[in-house]
Amino acid sequence: MVQLTLPKNSKVRTGKTWPKPEGKNVRKFQIYRWNPDDGENPRVDTYFIDMDKCGPMVLDALIKIKNEIDPTLTFRRSCREGICGSCAMNIDGINTLACIYGLDEIKGDVRIYPLPHMPVIKDLIPDLTHFYAQHASIMPWLETKTNRPAKEWRQSIDDRKKLDGLYECVMCASCSTSCPSYWWNGDKYLGPAALLHAYRWIIDSRDEATGERLDNLEDPFKLYRCHTIMNCAKTCPKGLNPAKAIAEIKKMMLERAI
Amino acid sequence: MRYLTDRKRAIGKGASGTGTEHHWFMQVSAVGLAFMIPVWVYIFGSALGKGHADVVATFARPFPAILTGLVVFVGMRHFAKGAQMMIEDYARGSVKKGLIMLAISISYAVTAVAFYALAKIAL
Repeated sequence: MVQLTLPKNSKVRTGKTWPKPEGKNVRKFQIYRWNPDDGENPRVDTYFIDMDKCGPMVLDALIKIKNEIDPTLTFRRSCREGICGSCAMNIDGINTLACIYGLDEIKGDVRIYPLPHMPVIKDLIPDLTHFYAQHASIMPWLETKTNRPAKEWRQSIDDRKKLDGLYECVMCASCSTSCPSYWWNGDKYLGPAALLHAYRWIIDSRDEATGERLDNLEDPFKLYRCHTIMNCAKTCPKGLNPAKAIAEIKKMMLERAI
Repeated sequence: MRYLTDRKRAIGKGASGTGTEHHWFMQVSAVGLAFMIPVWVYIFGSALGKGHADVVATFARPFPAILTGLVVFVGMRHFAKGAQMMIEDYARGSVKKGLIMLAISISYAVTAVAFYALAKIAL
């Protein structure tokens, strides 16, 4: 059954408050911390940063905290420009990328948590193993049966345009972890990100496994657990619309059945 | 501890090959009910507050009787399938199966009672 309260050892407690620096433009950061090695409950630590000495993005603040205040703070980051999808986390109640989310977009204290409803490895790092395996299960590659052409698989400009709004997904998992259906049934429901990628390959004019791909999604859970809640479209830091992609897959399912 | 690979966990038992029919039924029944229910509410409202004989006379007429039957049948099928989906979302194991059986049973019981009442009034 669905659990309405957290287990005792998962209840989040108030953590350490770090010293407040001098300055007029000081901002408060409340950050989720959990270390699997110390056996303690998760906690929320409080940090203060002089914003006159900090970059404009949330990731800048996190890096500043790690470099200058608390080196034990753990988070993923890489490209710092919204391409790699590593720094996805829940900032001010929204799943987004810390590197492209401006601190000026947040009113009041800055609250940072890991992506919701995923196992936490440490601090702000969720375990995305299952998420990636689900992505792999939709065969995110070109499937062809015809002999390879001498040069390349050709595609018209119009067919290529159909991939716009789909190929840009960076697999940050912000959408899937904002989806209540994925929270409750993430073991079986593929989630918005994997389904967006599935649709990207289904409508690729060069792909020859459209039927097999649709067969693999014909399931009450894998595809139809999407209840059009639209959190995915609302939260996507790249401005994509996974809900629309899922609706298009459902339309294709109907087209071949009716 | 089961030593399953991540890929095996993700694939699970594979696709069941069903789902589209359920999706289509819910769409069709939702559209149907969107048209039928306002008309039925209007008929029901017009009979509300009248005496027993007038209410019986209203629902004994062919159109209100057939419409009521359709609203109950389609509505209860819609309820059963919708409730099943909701239960699948939140319940697990044998509790899930039990609740689904209960929802389906309730839908058939309500349909049977409504049809019996309609038959008694209209026939």
